[in-house]
This record gives sequence, structure tokens and C-alpha cells, in this order.
Amino acid sequence: MGDALRLYPLLAWTWLRAAAQFPLSMALLCLGSAAVAALDLVAILLLFEHTPRIAGFTAAQVLFLYGTSALSFTLADVLLGSTERLGEHVRRGTLDTMLVRPVSPLVQIATEDFSPRRMARLLPAAVALGCVLPRLEVDWDAGRVAMVPVMLISGTVIFAALWVLTASVQLVALDMHPATKSVTYGGAYLTQYPMTLYAREFVRGLTFVIPLVFVNWQPALYVLDRPDPLGLPPLLRFASPAVALALCAVAALAWRAGLRHYRSTGS
Amino acid sequence: MIEVTDIRKTFTVRERTGRLRRRRITVRAVDGISFTVRSGEFVGYLGPNGAGKSTTIKMLTGILTPTSGTVRVAGLDPSRRRTALARRIGVVFGQRTTLWWDLPLRDSLTLIRHLYRVEPSVHRRRLAELVELLDLGPFLATPVRQLSLGQRMRGDLAAALLHDPPLLVLDEPTIGLDVVSKATVRGFLERVNAERGTTILLTTHDLGDIERLCRRVMIIDRGRLAYDGDLEKLRDVAAADRMLVVDLERPGPPVEVAGVTVERVEGPRQWLRVPRGMNAAAVVAALAGRHPVADIALREPDIEEVITRLYREGRITA
Amino acid sequence: MSVYPWVATYAFRRYTAYPLGAFAEAVTNTVFGFVRAWVVLALWEARPALGGYAAIDAVTFCFITQAMIGPVQIFGGLELTERIRSGDVSIDLHRPVNLQVWWLADDLGRAAGTLLLRGVPPMLAGALVFPLRLPDAAGWAAFAAAVTLAVVTGFALRYLVAMAMCWLHDDRGLQAVALVTSMFFSGMVLPLVVFPGALGTLARALPWAALIQVPADVFLGKYSGAELLGAYGFQALWAVVLLGAGQAVTAAARRRLVIHGG
Repeated sequence: MGDALRLYPLLAWTWLRAAAQFPLSMALLCLGSAAVAALDLVAILLLFEHTPRIAGFTAAQVLFLYGTSALSFTLADVLLGSTERLGEHVRRGTLDTMLVRPVSPLVQIATEDFSPRRMARLLPAAVALGCVLPRLEVDWDAGRVAMVPVMLISGTVIFAALWVLTASVQLVALDMHPATKSVTYGGAYLTQYPMTLYAREFVRGLTFVIPLVFVNWQPALYVLDRPDPLGLPPLLRFASPAVALALCAVAALAWRAGLRHYRSTGS
Repeated sequence: MIEVTDIRKTFTVRERTGRLRRRRITVRAVDGISFTVRSGEFVGYLGPNGAGKSTTIKMLTGILTPTSGTVRVAGLDPSRRRTALARRIGVVFGQRTTLWWDLPLRDSLTLIRHLYRVEPSVHRRRLAELVELLDLGPFLATPVRQLSLGQRMRGDLAAALLHDPPLLVLDEPTIGLDVVSKATVRGFLERVNAERGTTILLTTHDLGDIERLCRRVMIIDRGRLAYDGDLEKLRDVAAADRMLVVDLERPGPPVEVAGVTVERVEGPRQWLRVPRGMNAAAVVAALAGRHPVADIALREPDIEEVITRLYREGRITA
Repeated sequence: MSVYPWVATYAFRRYTAYPLGAFAEAVTNTVFGFVRAWVVLALWEARPALGGYAAIDAVTFCFITQAMIGPVQIFGGLELTERIRSGDVSIDLHRPVNLQVWWLADDLGRAAGTLLLRGVPPMLAGALVFPLRLPDAAGWAAFAAAVTLAVVTGFALRYLVAMAMCWLHDDRGLQAVALVTSMFFSGMVLPLVVFPGALGTLARALPWAALIQVPADVFLGKYSGAELLGAYGFQALWAVVLLGAGQAVTAAARRRLVIHGG
């Protein structure tokens, strides 16, 4: 584990340096990525052109949800999003090449093609969050102020764990993998909006099965001081870090199991 | 260095029989193989396609876990100590590269340095050595995807040896290479084995590789070892005939020696086929007694012939 | 002349060979359909007749557009891109077949192959949970025509993006821009009826509208008689223009090949 932490920045830096050799192309790509990411934001703004409130939430509040969700997801995507391509590696046999090296293949895949392009996607989310935080009608006490970085970090860890979990599926059942995009990309999309939009059963699933409500929704209920539409205990609003850690453990287990399966059945 | 005891690897493959149905077949890729490779040896690993060569290699390097049996490479169990073992071996795949496709060769080697924790000073020295030995200088800055096959193979060799492993495993390294590149690679491997004492396990289809580099050869067929021993003795095992090339003083009719067939006559030179069992010296004596012989040469069959013969006799199936 | 039907048939077979993978994609499409539907329902609750749509129209819009993702390939590229990247396309350009028509046939086969596997699950799931506005028999026929035109137009766009690879070294930037432009302007993010003022007018004139918005409106029965022909005309016009551009680009690529030698 320590090895992985030491190597990640080293490997990422090597890839970054290689990418930096074409600065113009890189700048254009960054711009493009930022514009691409901004479209989600534009969609929300368009929504609020027509109405001041959606499902009982104001524009500022929804933008708060958008900013925290998008920031967490993009950070997780930067760190571990490349794992999505695990299937390609299995198909081409390059996973074997990685297994021959003295580093976890997870780190090798995650740092592959590391480039500032992905980080550029953080821009719209960061700008939105930055603009909206002062405009929120929130009673900013110490707890609420502290909650914002806590939810950002927990959200990132949750999404990161989900990336690893869904990647592990590719080691066992490559065909089923496209369905897991509903968890990663679908999760990124639906957490941009208040859960009051969705059917109650769905939100229950997102609380107890795939814990996406802990990315930003539950902490947001605390920050914005709003009642839980499902009537769940208020303690859950502080559960994000615990959920994040638990999910990490699950992801680690899934990854190890997946790798073991791959090494016993080959490709 | 390598100790393999009765390893087996079975795969369950689902084969399609018709539109929707599928049938389960058990494939015994490796079916009870045992061998030992001592430190410093240069061993060739031969066999027809699908015989289980790659599967064995994968089990030795930790990519695949055996269904049963034990493997010990450099004192470690590959399925359990994969990362520790990875530090002590270098692997070269002939059919795909271990380098990163989009990066320049130099950057790939830097990544390798980080991965294997090679000290910067050691890395510099080693890199300089390898660059010189393999003539990598001209294309160090070229992205790997733009390299020719020969250049890429030399890059792969450098990558495999950068951390100075005691064991080098190669899976068909000369496949698709032109004659010059093959010679370079073979020369390099010979040197690495002789000068650094690196143990080398070479899987190949190319009998020229074997002939040039290995003293010991293992032949795998249908998951089992068909032969494990000296290259020389392989010829005996195959009972392949030798060729006696005789230069007579004057052109003449085909000579007659009991048990020997004349293959070809070209002026004073005649090619005689001497069956394995026969004593070549006796043949020469019989020959010299009856004909004026100017010169004689005894040619051993080449490995190509030997293997073909083994195949033909059904000792190995192609 | 007869090679093209064969290409289409072969593509159809290829894309129906692995139903599990296609179904897995359909699962994701369905989930997105639900999320979009809920968002859109909340909006229509606040503004009941927005853009001339009723709430039921908006929800149906979400599901029918998700169902179209497979056939119309809003998110995808073409396998052609790989062939260009590896340089194999130079072989194709030397062959006595029209490159663009070849890939068009391939794409039509693909669209037909993915129609059932990726089109049915989202619609079925949506219909089970929400009330949807479904067309009558004539409506389905009209929709089929609109989808076919959409597939062709979509192909023409993707072909142009793919061929750009012949001149660029790294197409990732272009692919990303193309992806998002097509998503946004086709109505996948929000129905184009929601786009206000000038933006809305612009969006409805661009070719991406022909891919998703127009067929969806045909499905919802928003066009009648002459308007329907107008809609087809709009799609056909863009298809012809873009295919024409594609032919020009192909010729340019072939010339470049001759000059640079593959």
C-alpha cells in the first residue's frame, strides 16, 4: 500500500511530462474538457430560466449540490477514472504485462495517460461552487463550515471506491461492465440534483444499497438545514466519512477477488 | 533458480454449439510438468502451438496460478509473492511490448526505473551500458509506437534487464524479426548469460535460436514434457541419420557400402546417409578400403530435421 | 454494387452476436432515462405546458431518446477511427469501393442490430413505471422513417469527425468536443423546447437536432401532414449536405495518401 502511494505521484508525473511536450494541443484539450464539463452546469442554469424552484429547492441550493457532486466526481475521475479501461487491457493482454511488474496493476492503470486535461474539468464545478457558497442562505456556524471540505473529501473517496468496484467487474464478467456505468456516470449525474426529485424507493436504494446519498445529499441536508424527505435519522448526515471508508474496504476486497479470479482463469 | 513440481493447469472453456447452446470443455493446458533450472543455465523451451508453453511461462511469472503442483522461482512462490518475484525477474513478450505505446522509449525506461526502485546512479550506469550494447541511442526519443519491430524488441530487452534481474524469461522474442535483428538479439542474450551469469529461459519456435544459444532443451507437447536434456542427445533420441560427405579422388559411380544409401552425387562428391545406429568410423574404413577417398566430412542433422522427425514419428504432435 | 448489402448484413450479425454486452449498455441507458424523467417531471410541475409539451410528452421524450442512443450512436465514434489511427485505412482507400458508402452500409447494419437490444429495454421499463404517449400504427411507421434518416445523418457527422483523424494526430480533443456538442444540441441533456430564445432557434437549425429532437417529436406526434414532410426534409437536407462533405473529405484523404504514401 505504501508502495502504491509512493509510486502514484512518480508515475503520474512521468506521464504529465510526456503530455506537456505538446503544450498547444494540451491547452486546447484542457479548454475543450472544461467546456464539456460546463454543459452540465448550463443544463441546470437553463432549468432555472423557467422556474425559481425545482422540487422545493432554489437555484443556489441546486448549484451547491451540483458543485459538490461534480467536484468530488471529477477528483475521483482524475485519480482513478482510468480504471474504466481495464477491459481494454484484458482484451489486449496488456494486463498480463502489468502483472509482471512489481506494482499493483491498479496503480499502473490509474496513472496511465495522466494528463492535466482531466483536471481542467474541475473548473466549472469549482467556479460554480465558489460563486454559490456566499449566496446560500445558510447560518454558517463552525460545524457547517467544516462540513463542506468533509463532504468534498468523503464524496471523492466514495466515487473513487465506486470506480475501483466497477472496474473489478471487468475482471470477472467483462460483458456486464457497461451496466456499471450507471453507477459511476449515472451516480455523477443524479447527485447533481436534489433527491426530492426521485421516487422514494430509488432514494432508499441510494441510501442502503449504493450509498450515493452520502456523496453530497445527506451532508447538504445538514448544511442547508432541510428535513430528510425519507424521514431518516439526522445522524446519517454525518455518516459520509464512515461510509466512504467502508466502501473503500469493499472496493479493496472486490479488487483483490477480481484479480484472483483473473489469475486463475487467464484471459 | 526455477523448481517446478508436477504442475497442472486446467481451463474450463465454454464452446458454442449452435445459436444459443454452450458446451463445457475442460482443457488441460499443462498436465503434470516437472523440471529444475539451475542458476546460470540457458534453457530452450520448445513446442508446437497450443502445447502449453505460454501457460507455463505465465505460471512461472505469476500471471496465472496453477491448478495444482508447486512452483518456486528465485526461491519464491509466484502465485503468492508476485510483486516480490517481479523484482527478481525480467520478462520479454515477443508478441506484445512491455513498453508504453505512446511514450518515448526514454520515458518508458524512466517509468521502469521508478517501478523497480532502481537507484538513480545505478540506473544511469545500467542505462548507458544497455544503450551501448543494444544500440538504442538513435531512437531513445522516439515514441514506441513508431519503432520498428527490431527496435522495439531491443527496447523490451533493455526494459527487462534494467533492474539487473538474476532470471530472464523470454516468450518468443525473435518472432517476426529480420535476420540482422535476430542475430543482434541472439548475440546480446549470449553475452548476458555468459558475462553476467543471468539465467535465461527462452521459449521459441525458431530452431535457429535454440541451435545458437541453448545447451539444454525442453520440449513440451500437449501439456507434458516430451524431452528434457542436452541438445546433442536430442539428435540421438530422434535417431536422426547423419550425413557423410565424401570427396573421391575421381568422379565415379555411387559407392556401395552395406547399410548406407547414397543420397546425391555431384562429380567427385557424394552424400551418404548413415543411419543412427551405425558406427560412422566403420563406414569410413569400409569406404576407404574400396575407394580412393580425398576428403570426408560428417554432418550432424540440424534441429529442424530432428524435430520434424519427432513430429513425424508421432512423438510430438504438431 | 452488391457488396454493400453484404457489409450491412455482416455488421448486423456482428452486433447481434453478443447480446449480453448490448443489454448491459441498455441497463445504463434505462437508469439515465429514469433520472432524466424525474428531473423533467419536476420542471413540468413548475411549468406545466413548457415549450408546447405536456408532462407526459416530456417524460416520453426522455425514454424514447434514451432508446435511440443505441441505434443513432450519439455517444459513439466509428470503428473507422481505429483503422485510421493504425494506418490500415490506406488499404481501404486503395480498394475499388467507396469508403463512405461502405461505412454507411456497415452503420446501417449496426443500427438495425442494436435497435431491439438497446431500444426496447428503456422504453419497456419507462412504460411500466410512467404513463407514456405512444403512437398509433401510422405513428410508428412515421417514426421508423425519422429514425432511419437520423441514423444516416448521425453517420455522416461521425464520419466527418473520424476522417478528421487523417489530419490530426490526436483526436481525443475533437472526440470530446463532438461528444458534448452532439449531446447538448441533440436534446439529450434537455429537450430543445426548453432552450430559450435565440439559443433555442439556433439549436433547432443545427444538424444535431435532426438526430434526436426531430425523431422524438415525430414519435410524440407533434408533426402532422405537411409539417411531417418538412421534418423529413430537414433531416434529409442535413444528411445530404454532410454526406456530400464526407465525400469531399474522402477524396482529399485519398489525394493525401497518394502524396504522402500512407
